[in-house]
Amino acid sequence: MSIEKTEVWVTGIGLVTSLGEGLDTHWAQLTSGKTPVASVDSEDQAPYLVHKIVDISIDTQIPKRSDQRQMGPWQHLGVYAAGLALDDAGIAHNPELLSATNMIVAAGGGERDLDVDTTIMEKIDGVENPGPILNASLNTELRPTLFLAQLSNLMAGNISIVHGVTDSSRTFMGEESAGVSAIETAVAQIQHGQGEVFLVGGAYIAERADMMMLMEFDHTLWQGEHGSIWSREDTAGGMVMGSAGAFLILESRQSAEARGAKPYARINTVVSNRCNRQPGASREVADGLFQRIADQIPTGPLPVLSGCCGVQPQLQEEHEFLDSLTGHGIDPIIRGVSTLFGNTLEAQFPVNVILASLAISRGAFFDPFDTSGVEKEFSGSPDRILLSTWGHWRGESLALIEKPDVALRGDQ
Amino acid sequence: MSHSVKDHRGRPVVVVTGIGIITSLGEGKEDNWRNLTAGVSGIRKISRFPTEGLRTQIAGTIDWQGQDRYCAPLHSISLAKKSAAEAIEQSGIGSRGLFPGPLFVANSPAETNWDQRMVVYHGQAGAGTTGYERLLKNVRAGNFARYYSLFQFASIAEHLADEFGTRGQPISLTTACASGATSVQLGVEAIRRGDTDAALCVGTDGGICEEMVVRFNLLSALSTQNDDPQGASKPFSKARDGFVMAEGSATLVLESYEGAKARGAKILGVVRGAGERADTFHRTRSTPDGSAIIDTINRSMDDAGMSPAEIDCINAHGTSTPENDKMEYLALNAALGSELDSTPISSNKSMLGHTLSAAGTIEAAVSLLTIQAGVIPPTINCNEQDPNILMDVVPNVKRVQAVNSVMSNSFGFGGQNVCLIFSAEPA
Repeated sequence: MSIEKTEVWVTGIGLVTSLGEGLDTHWAQLTSGKTPVASVDSEDQAPYLVHKIVDISIDTQIPKRSDQRQMGPWQHLGVYAAGLALDDAGIAHNPELLSATNMIVAAGGGERDLDVDTTIMEKIDGVENPGPILNASLNTELRPTLFLAQLSNLMAGNISIVHGVTDSSRTFMGEESAGVSAIETAVAQIQHGQGEVFLVGGAYIAERADMMMLMEFDHTLWQGEHGSIWSREDTAGGMVMGSAGAFLILESRQSAEARGAKPYARINTVVSNRCNRQPGASREVADGLFQRIADQIPTGPLPVLSGCCGVQPQLQEEHEFLDSLTGHGIDPIIRGVSTLFGNTLEAQFPVNVILASLAISRGAFFDPFDTSGVEKEFSGSPDRILLSTWGHWRGESLALIEKPDVALRGDQ
Repeated sequence: MSHSVKDHRGRPVVVVTGIGIITSLGEGKEDNWRNLTAGVSGIRKISRFPTEGLRTQIAGTIDWQGQDRYCAPLHSISLAKKSAAEAIEQSGIGSRGLFPGPLFVANSPAETNWDQRMVVYHGQAGAGTTGYERLLKNVRAGNFARYYSLFQFASIAEHLADEFGTRGQPISLTTACASGATSVQLGVEAIRRGDTDAALCVGTDGGICEEMVVRFNLLSALSTQNDDPQGASKPFSKARDGFVMAEGSATLVLESYEGAKARGAKILGVVRGAGERADTFHRTRSTPDGSAIIDTINRSMDDAGMSPAEIDCINAHGTSTPENDKMEYLALNAALGSELDSTPISSNKSMLGHTLSAAGTIEAAVSLLTIQAGVIPPTINCNEQDPNILMDVVPNVKRVQAVNSVMSNSFGFGGQNVCLIFSAEPA
C-alpha cells in the first residue's frame, strides 16, 4: 500500500544572525557580486572568535516587560525569531491558526549567570567541606527567573505564552542534530497527516563563556585568524561559534493553498544518521545517506550549502564526500555557511534551510562565500539545493530544498 | 476472529512488547510492582551531598554500591541502560546491541555540575585568574575530552544509541515534566506513519544535585516536610505542600501490532491514543479554567476513539503540589463528567516522588502493569483527602479490580500537557 505523501512548503521565515535581521539584508549581502564580509568579534570571547548576534528590538515581538524579564538573551532571540516567522506566514494574531500550529524547537540551554558562578567558585575554592557554603551561596545567589530562563523547553513555553502557539509542543535537544531532527520530524508529520502547520527552528547565542567551555573541553574551538572554512583543511581544525535565531513555518500544500499562502520552497527530503566518529565513519554514513536520495538529483551543477563547522577529520571528510558527487555526474557548487555565520549549533540546520529557501524563492544562488577557489560561481536559478549538515560531535544529515511548481513568494 | 491491526482511523495499532523500570523502589518490574502495590515509599533523606542549609533535604535518589563519583548525565545513562536492557530483553526483539528501530529519549538537559566545574577550576594553568577566564585557561591546557562527550545535550541519547544499536539519529527531547510521555508519543507517531515497526522510548532522570534542589525550592515547588520523608509526598491530601524530587528510568518497546504478532511477541498492552495541548497562561501554572488540560484529555480520548465510560482507571500526574492536584481534578471533572465518580485515580508519585523527565515513561510502565495484574497501586499518605478534590484516589491501600484501560496524565512547566491511554490487547 503506498500513500501519496503531502507536499511540505516553507510558508514563513524568521531569521536573525550576525549579519542582520530578515531576508532582504541577507540577500543583499550574499548576492552583491563581491565576497560577503563576515561579522566577527575577536574580543568578547578572546582568544576565540565569535559571530555575535545583531541588536534586536524585542519590544516588537515580546511587548510585555513582564514576559521579557522571564527570559535571557537566548530565549529572547528564539521567541523573537519565532514571532517573525509567524508574522511572515500570516499566522500571528490569528487564534484559529495558532491553535492548530504545532511546534518543534531545537534547544540548548539558557545562559548561566556567570557572575554568580564566579562568586560561588571563589567562595568554595580551597574549602575543605564546601557543601554547606555551596548550599548557602546557591540559596542566596540564584533567582527563580534564572532557572526558568535556563530551562530548555521554556523557549517553546515562552513562544506559547507570547505568541499563542498551542497545538503540540516538543523540544529536541542535541546540538546540530536537534535542528535536523526537528525539521525532519515536522516534515514527516506533515507528509503523513499528523499536523498541517508547524513552527520549527532554534536559536543559539554564541557569546557565552559557559558554552565556550563546553566546546573547548575537547579543544574543538578555532583560535587562529578568521578565514574561509576551507582554509582550515590543512590544520588540526576548529570551529568558530556564531549566533542565530532561525524559525520556519512548514505547512502542507493543502493548508497553504486553502488560505492563499505562497511558498518560498518545498522540503520533501531530510535524511539523517549517526556514527561514533571513528576516522572515515562520517563519510561512510554520508555515502549511505546519499544513496537514499540519489534518484532525486539530476546530473549537472548542484548548489550545496555545507554546514561544515571546521572540526577535523569531519571537515576533510565532508569536503571529500561533496567532491565525490562528481562521480555521480553531479557538479557540486559549494558554499561553506560557517565561513560567514560560524557554527550556530541548534540553529545551524534551520539557518541553512532558510538560506536555501531564500535562494530558491529569489531564483538565484549566492556569491562564493570566500576566495578559496573551492566555491564556484553559479549563474542559474536553482531548482534544488543540497544541505549537508554534520554535527561537531555527532550526527550526519542530508536534505533537499526544492522549487515547487507554483508561484513563489516574491514572484510578481 | 482475528482483531484488526489498524485502529479506528486506519492507522497501525501500536502495542507494547517490553517494559523496563528502575526507581527508588528497586530495579526491575518485579521489585517495583511489589513495592508499589504494598504502598512503600522510596523517599528518604538525601545522602549524596550535604543538605545543610537547604529547605528541602529529602528525595527519591537512586544510589548504589560501587557507583562512580556522582555525575548527572552518567547517572541518567546508567539508569536508562538498566531500564532499556530489561525492556528489550522482555520483548525479545532484535539481537544484542541491534535494536530494529529509532530511539526517543526523554532526559533533563545535561549540565556541568559544581563538582566538575571545580575540578576544572582547580587546574594549574589559570592560577591567578578567576571565573570563566580561569576555567577556560585550565580547559585549554587540560584534557577534558570525557566532559565534552558527557555534557553535550545529545550525550545521553548518543551513549544509549551506542549501547543498544538503535536505528538512525536518536532524538533527545524535553517537555519538562511531560517528557516521558512525549517520548512515547514520538514512538507512536513514527509507527503510525509507517516509518518503523518498532521504537525504543526511554525516560531517564538521575539529576538530583544541590543546584537542582535549590532551583525548585526557589519556585516553591518542593515539599519541605523533611522530618517525615516517606510521608512527604501526599497527592490529593489536604496537607500537601509540594512535590518530592526523585530519580528513575523506564523504557517501553513499542511495535506495530502487525509486526509484533508476526514475530509471535507477547503483547503487554496497546497504546490507544495520545493527546496534547500547549498552555499559554503562565510558565509554571495552568490556565485557571483548566482549558488546556481539559483539551489534552479530550484529545487523547478522541485519538483513542474512546469515551469517558471506557476509561477504567487513571494514573494521575498527581505531583502533590497544591496547584497541580487541584487543576488535575478540575480538568478530569470537566472532561470525564459523572464518569469520574466511578473511575479510580492513583498517584504513583506518592511513593516514587516526581521523577521529572522520566515520570511520564515510568507512569506509562506502571499503567501497563496495572492492566496486566488487575491491581491498582494506591495513593499513599492520604490520611486526610483534600475536601475540594472529590475523586476516588485509591487511598493508602491497593485495589484489586479488573482494569482494561488506563489514562495517564503528564503536565509540565512551560505549558506542556500530554495524556496517554493504554489498554489490554484485544481479546
